[in-house]
Amino acid sequence: MIRGVIVMNDRGKPRLVKFYEFQPAEKQQELIRSIYRVLCSRAENVSNFVKVDSLFGPDVRLVYKTYATLYFVFIFDSSENELAMLDLMQVFVEALDKCFSNVCEIDVVFNFNKVHTILDEFILGGQVLETNSSEVVKTVEEISKFFLPPQLCVCLISFRYSYGYDLLFYAGSRGLQIQSWAVHQFLAGSGDSIFIALVTSFITILC
Amino acid sequence: MAGPSLMDSFFQRSLDDLIKGIRLCLPGGEAAFIAKSVDEIRREIKSTDSQTKATALQKLTYLHSLHWVDMSWAAFPAVELSSSSVHSHKRLALLSASLSFNPTTDVILLLTHQLRKDFSSSNPHDVSLALSTLSSISTLDLSRDLTPELFILLNSSKNFVKKKAIAAILRVFEQYPEAVRVCFKRIVENLESSDMGVLSAAVGLFCELTVREPRSYLPLAPEFYKILLDSRNNWVLIKVLKIFAKLAPLEPRLAKRIVEPICEHLRRTGSKSLAFECVNTIVTSLSEHEPAVKLAIMKIQEFLLENDPNLKYLGLQALAVVAAKHSWAVLENKEVVIKSLDDVDVNIKLESLQLVMAMVSEDNLAEICKVLISYALKSEPEFCNEILGSILSTCSRNFYEVIVDFDWYVSLLGEMSRIPHCQKGDDIETQLIDIGMRVKDVRLELVHVARGLLIDPALLGNPFIHNVLSAAAWLSGEYVEFSRNLLELMESLLQPRTCLLPSPIRAVYIQSAFKVLTFGVYSFLSTGDDASYPSELTDFVLKEDFQESSETVTSAPISGADLSNGLNPRSSHPSAGNGEDPVIAHEQTSSASSKKQQLTQKSVMDLVNLVEVNLGPLAGSHEVEIQERASNILGMIGMIKPRIHSSMDESEGDRIKRELRASGMMKLMFDAFSEELGPVSVSAQERVPIPEGLVLKESLSDIEAICDHIKLPISSSFSLVRSHSLNNATTIHEHPSKEEYEPSSESTSLLAEHRKRHGIYYLSSENKVMISDDYPPALELKDQAIDEAEDLVKLTKQSLDLRKKRNQAKPRPVVVKLDDGEGAHIVVKKPQLKDDLISGAVREVLLGNEAASSSSNKAIKKREKNELNIDRPESNITMTSTVASEPGNASSRHKLRISGKEKKRSSSGKEKKEHDHKHNQKSDRIHAKHKSRQRADGTLNVAAQSPVIPDFLL
Repeated sequence: MIRGVIVMNDRGKPRLVKFYEFQPAEKQQELIRSIYRVLCSRAENVSNFVKVDSLFGPDVRLVYKTYATLYFVFIFDSSENELAMLDLMQVFVEALDKCFSNVCEIDVVFNFNKVHTILDEFILGGQVLETNSSEVVKTVEEISKFFLPPQLCVCLISFRYSYGYDLLFYAGSRGLQIQSWAVHQFLAGSGDSIFIALVTSFITILC
Repeated sequence: MAGPSLMDSFFQRSLDDLIKGIRLCLPGGEAAFIAKSVDEIRREIKSTDSQTKATALQKLTYLHSLHWVDMSWAAFPAVELSSSSVHSHKRLALLSASLSFNPTTDVILLLTHQLRKDFSSSNPHDVSLALSTLSSISTLDLSRDLTPELFILLNSSKNFVKKKAIAAILRVFEQYPEAVRVCFKRIVENLESSDMGVLSAAVGLFCELTVREPRSYLPLAPEFYKILLDSRNNWVLIKVLKIFAKLAPLEPRLAKRIVEPICEHLRRTGSKSLAFECVNTIVTSLSEHEPAVKLAIMKIQEFLLENDPNLKYLGLQALAVVAAKHSWAVLENKEVVIKSLDDVDVNIKLESLQLVMAMVSEDNLAEICKVLISYALKSEPEFCNEILGSILSTCSRNFYEVIVDFDWYVSLLGEMSRIPHCQKGDDIETQLIDIGMRVKDVRLELVHVARGLLIDPALLGNPFIHNVLSAAAWLSGEYVEFSRNLLELMESLLQPRTCLLPSPIRAVYIQSAFKVLTFGVYSFLSTGDDASYPSELTDFVLKEDFQESSETVTSAPISGADLSNGLNPRSSHPSAGNGEDPVIAHEQTSSASSKKQQLTQKSVMDLVNLVEVNLGPLAGSHEVEIQERASNILGMIGMIKPRIHSSMDESEGDRIKRELRASGMMKLMFDAFSEELGPVSVSAQERVPIPEGLVLKESLSDIEAICDHIKLPISSSFSLVRSHSLNNATTIHEHPSKEEYEPSSESTSLLAEHRKRHGIYYLSSENKVMISDDYPPALELKDQAIDEAEDLVKLTKQSLDLRKKRNQAKPRPVVVKLDDGEGAHIVVKKPQLKDDLISGAVREVLLGNEAASSSSNKAIKKREKNELNIDRPESNITMTSTVASEPGNASSRHKLRISGKEKKRSSSGKEKKEHDHKHNQKSDRIHAKHKSRQRADGTLNVAAQSPVIPDFLL
């Protein structure tokens, strides 16, 4: 089983922290600090495994890899294969690379939720579910269709407030009904973002 | 309400804004910024607008996950938002739940309904999200309530959902083992799935379960075997190999069966991870199969020669596993292993060090240690100490069983403590003393090594080896009879740089000086007496030939010469000047093995003066240990000095009187020190019987009152002793004997008074430890003390004697061992209750279920069968109804049966075994029927031959 996945930068700042067994916040902090201490003391071109018996108990292993400014760290126990974990890490980074086209630290920093979504497609409850990065990318793209593009969010919110929040419910105006219907359609996952943008701008003009 | 909410929503910072803000913070200002943002979030999260709430929660989750901000207060908004119809909001909410909820979060229960709804959602992403949330926050209640829904999902038509359900169910099993009874069959069915994702998830699940308790999953071996043969997916194969690695040791026939396919995979595969897993499985679980092991070792060799440090590291690790059973494998790769000691990678170095230590045997120990020490000298401190540590632990393993030549080992210890980076002082100290006590024959060499350490003033500056010095000082005091040159030894024990030592160690130094002095003076007195006073006092003295004592004359000037070089003891060898080297003189004495070093009057006087001059100032030391020991020595010197002085020019009567007293005292002192110390068993203390009438658990709460009461007298008597000891140092020549007991009389009277008042806290006075009110003279007081010490020594000796004798038949130098209490305590690890429950349930399902139902409850069986048959082909909707009724029924029925069974189990293990055995046979038959198409002939015969473990193989 995989016990945890950590991504941190070369100064020890965590960028992604996921433990598959509950760890209190203080413990997480302490673990990350001690892992960072070990990692930054290791030279380049050495093996990617680190003994972490003292941190996680016997039988638990840690593998890490450096990609540019980021350390990717997988913590796992004896029911995982060491080299397979390295492969999985590679696939995970590949998926990130595809999702963000040439991933760099900034992407990971600003896409907290998306990175978690990607990771969840690979690992569920500590078990590896998918080892093909393209599959994951496909799924993640499907999921991200459910997220409103930020511009649209702003548009919607400003629309709502400029005409009064309650208007939407009480005005009974045809246009607003259409709009709320369209938004609902979109949010339920069956609409298209361009369609709703069109509807919204249409109503804005009307009003 | 709408006021702030509207403004907040309109100008709400998004997560991006928050991150940017944090990044722009000056160092140190981050905490303040985060606190401010959390305040904002607290307001925003109350908003009725779900978008605002979602953004607030998103920000909070981010802060919690990466800045460890407490968000336990926001558990409810997360639950609230999770019911949003908007997928993105739901996702935010559930992510925050899975990152922040802990098993004690009380609102988890409120999620049950929502998760149930999501499980039946038509959107697969909703389902998958709910599954992943369940797996991170599963509690007993949640697992129990959602088991029926999971059961349905296990049969989902979408593989995407199915595989996630299989993965999530592991957590449910952990929390709620009863779920096994409901879901297990469906999971087993998935082992035949054609979809790689589903198969991989199912095999992964079994891998987890098998690691916890392998035995229950033996009946599934045929299914796994089939996968091992057919699958071409490396992930699946790796997991299956992991399962077999656990199963094979339980069933030798299974091992025989799988060894060929595994070798085939090993030969064929191009994937390093699969190859490594094959190697791992072979070396851990199939090590009896010679050809397979050979193949695995060939593969390991390939790994070792690769440039990839990971492969090298893992190869070495695998080699270490093989080493336990096939040491030739390591010897074959000796070169690579030893070369790896020099690798840049610490991991590889440590592994190879471990392997090198695994190669150690009686014959090559010295050679290996030589190589290792040379590596230690050139490595960085950390690794150097790793090397030293592993040498020390390997050599001391099982009472130094690999060591034949203890002289060599002892000098190696000395050499090790001189390595600049050495921080293993504690271990070396322990071993030096331990060897001294256990191995008689090596004491001469020990004292020699100790001398080497003591006379080097440079070593005193290195705090890491102070402990070693302490051991050296103790050894040279305890075994002073092996010392070559008492003066030189005394010089080194009292050299000025000893002030660098911490006081406990310095106390050891002074105590050793005491022993050396006692020995020196005593042997001088007894040899002197030999000639002129053949009285009963000298009877105990080892008979010494007059001839030999005449040799004293030849060695005496050398001692004198040493003394004159006293300031620089190390130079004594080269600059001795005389044609005769002290070593030669010593060889003569040491050849007369137990014979003592001979001393002239002058050299003894030098010795005494040396001690007096050096210890005089220490009598006023602030450290109790030092001060007390120094005073003891000075007191003794006070008594013996006149005797030595007066040997020649005093009247006969006086002389005899003094002689008698001094010699008598010296004999007592000498005897006290010459009593040999042996190793003490760890459990020795427990064997001392508790005296009758001693109540150890009595409440001592009222002792405080007594302590309060006694505080003043104690401190005053303390200062009395102090001032006295100072006195003693200066006036010692005048009334040594009188001064000696005065303070003790003072304190004894206090003690007596105390005893009178608080008698209940004292032991009964039979032990004669208690003090009578008339004060014995100093000499007898000491006598008594020595008696007591002797008693104690005798006691411990008696308690050890039996064991000592039993262990003394060995060809190499005898190493004294104690039978009991010295081995490490073996802690029996109990399997975890939960795992036990899971595997119990699994056994029930795999073995018991069918048998029981076939025999007794035909009706129920029929119904169950019907349901199972119906389940598969039918659509989701109809299934829901049938299934919803089924698990409840089944589990309640099982519950009843289990409780009965559990009772039986606890009452007698044997019965249980038979019971299980019956089940096994029955299930085996059923399995045989069930799998008859896959099964080879003759399985049933095999099962009949070995009744205890049924054959589960194909």
